[in-house]
Amino acid sequence: MPQYHQFDALVVGAGGAGLMAALYASRGVNTAVISKLYPTRSHTGTAQGGISAALGNLEEDKWEWHAYDTIKGGDFLCDQDAVDIMCREAIDAVIDLEHMGLPFDRTPDGKISQRRFGGHTNNETKKPVMRACHAADRTGHMILQTLYQNCIKNNVKFFDEFQVIDVLIEDGKCNGVVAVQLATGEIHVFHSKATLIATGGFGKMWKVTSNAHSLTGDLPAAVLRRGLPLEDMEFFQFHPTGVYKLGILLSEAARGEGAVFINDKGERFMERYMPTLKDLAPRDICSRCIYTEIREGRGIGGKDYVYLDFRPEQINKYFEADGNPKRIDAHYLETRLPDIIEFARVYQGIDPIKEPVPIQPTAHYAMGGIPTDNDARVLADETGRIVEGLYAAGEVACVSVHGANRLGTNSLVDLVVFGKRGGIAMAEYCKQASFRPINRDAAAKEGAAQLDRIRNNNGNERPHAIRKEMQAVMDEKVGVYRTGAGLEEAIDKIHELQARYKRIRIDDKGFKWNTDLMEAWELGALLDLAEVTAFAALARTESRGGHYREDYPNRDDVNFLKHSMVWKNGTITLKYKPVRITRIPPQERKY
Amino acid sequence: MKINLKIKRFNPETDKKPHWETYAVEVEPTDRVLDALHEVKWNQDGTLALRRSCAHGVCGSDAMRINGRNMLACKVLIQNIAKDGDTITVEPILGLPVVKDLIVDMEPFFAHYRAVMPYLVNNDPLPENGRERLQSPADRERYDDTTKCILCAACTTSCPSFWARGEYVGPAAIVQAHRFIFDSRDQAAQQRLEILSAQDGVWRCRTVFNCTEACPRGIQVTKAIGEVKEALRTGVIQ
Repeated sequence: MPQYHQFDALVVGAGGAGLMAALYASRGVNTAVISKLYPTRSHTGTAQGGISAALGNLEEDKWEWHAYDTIKGGDFLCDQDAVDIMCREAIDAVIDLEHMGLPFDRTPDGKISQRRFGGHTNNETKKPVMRACHAADRTGHMILQTLYQNCIKNNVKFFDEFQVIDVLIEDGKCNGVVAVQLATGEIHVFHSKATLIATGGFGKMWKVTSNAHSLTGDLPAAVLRRGLPLEDMEFFQFHPTGVYKLGILLSEAARGEGAVFINDKGERFMERYMPTLKDLAPRDICSRCIYTEIREGRGIGGKDYVYLDFRPEQINKYFEADGNPKRIDAHYLETRLPDIIEFARVYQGIDPIKEPVPIQPTAHYAMGGIPTDNDARVLADETGRIVEGLYAAGEVACVSVHGANRLGTNSLVDLVVFGKRGGIAMAEYCKQASFRPINRDAAAKEGAAQLDRIRNNNGNERPHAIRKEMQAVMDEKVGVYRTGAGLEEAIDKIHELQARYKRIRIDDKGFKWNTDLMEAWELGALLDLAEVTAFAALARTESRGGHYREDYPNRDDVNFLKHSMVWKNGTITLKYKPVRITRIPPQERKY
Repeated sequence: MKINLKIKRFNPETDKKPHWETYAVEVEPTDRVLDALHEVKWNQDGTLALRRSCAHGVCGSDAMRINGRNMLACKVLIQNIAKDGDTITVEPILGLPVVKDLIVDMEPFFAHYRAVMPYLVNNDPLPENGRERLQSPADRERYDDTTKCILCAACTTSCPSFWARGEYVGPAAIVQAHRFIFDSRDQAAQQRLEILSAQDGVWRCRTVFNCTEACPRGIQVTKAIGEVKEALRTGVIQ
């Protein structure tokens, strides 16, 4: 028998954005959180290096500088009013986290410690600035734990290990979600006044990715199927420093502490490309520089990787060359970067204190996603019409504060600021709204039917084979470098895989903890998102931020200073809406 | 290289009790046990059930018993535990009810976690300047080790005292309590110590050190438990 629940506010996803939203919503209204994992296992926990806020604890800083860096780093595709809100409110949000108990590292006088990160600069000197607040190199872990702890303190209701498979939208209004309880296989219908989606990224459409196995875009795919658009899907970030072959992330904090890229000739190649910021240039630029080195034959041993070098004596040598009086030692690195040093030791058998580490760019972060306004309310179209009762925050949402390329640390900033705004907005909305009627039996029946179709499908295709082929084509054709011809091939391939997906067969026909079924479900979501990603990328005949077209290598503000919106109603429709420019006129992006 | 994965299987919908099944798998020596399990699940037998998410040792989903010891499947390389042709045994962590295959019921574990007040308590007014509460680097360092906990349950489910009595709050919950007891900003240490001095609290620890050995994050769990015992014994938190 399907089960039925009613809450004023529902949050789907229990990472940083979801927990922040739940915490603030629960102060006003009856709130529940649904997560397909245990909350402490959300991907926010893997964020390493820091969360930026212009606290100015170690050197002068201003939120306006943070905003400028964010807009420039985003290659002028950010909505500037949203960026201003984020950078201004980041300061209070970080202080709020400290008050909740977050164990930031400290300066000698007891304040929150800060360090450098890519693309964060002093607006006057143009030099890197210490803006990233950090707790060793597990800042995300500490944020996630702190928020979960405070939700427990606040008695937030949790539904752990429930996978949401549908969003109930009727007449342009959201009335809740349908989920399956993994332990039992039972369908649960959650009826709500307000629902916030905070399910994070969907990087599993690529093979080499820093993303968790759980990051499969179930919810953005569900809203797409319900006739809503996704925004800026062509903008996906490839982080320059993934562990070679595995994609496990080595935080930019390593370069913040002085590490540099080295090619096969032992050359610090970023000096050639970005003389001022060098290895602390933004991620899109670093990723392309690495690929350029590899293409021109200067990958290590002619292979498809370069080194990240953070041996203390090397770092000191580069500090000296840069005129930086700072000197560090092995103990310092072990204290500041313990986890990433351990990743290299465990997964590559390399001691980074003694040897340089092989790295390659790795699919990392979705700049695009579910379009929202500045209060996390979901938008139904390019004119800004609201989907009443539906909200989104964090990586799954596109506000848009990251534009075409997100600066390091800004994902954590995004999720605390807009998670909080979303939570507050939901509580306010719920106080004046009433529950809209739903047909719960029909909703449950349809949810069960969708799963049964996969469970009982009598085909001959193994989902894993399809997933592997999707990931291969996305790595090859929808990666750091793209071309029109390559994107067309990718779309054809995805269509072929979607056709084969209709003929899948799974082994597990049961109900309890049927992960075979859920993985097949997730693959369907990934295929839909891969399809719209490639479509939006093909239509954008320019290069901007993380989207680089070899056949259109220049940014084209005349035709493409605009956000894409993509619908999938039988066929795919693309529309565009203007970028909101309030303070900083677009200019060529030079570092 | 070729290895055999001997996995303890249990499907509540068809099995009365658990049984072992063995799968031959082709792997790279640098693959992780998780990769080998995926190889089975994705290419041989989709009914195999396990939890996993981040796959690099920080989410804590895939704690399991590998060759008789608790580990994260994503953090142990095949080459470090097996040679070509060897058999690796994989079974669920012990002491929590098995739900299906390698998946156990985590609810009793999280109930213990919630019982120790795992959150900062500070009822002083916030700083008037709107800024952070200050804390010296030394005070911050005092509880650093126990902030690393990812709640994977590898420690608690390697503990003989917990196996003997599931009501025992267990190492992970004590680690969580420690993280706040020794935080200079916190004001509820006495309440937590009272909770931990109860019958199923910290005194059930027999200092076996299994927890420290099992922790995939390298936390000095037994030391942290010792410090909590010392605070209870002396009434002084230092």
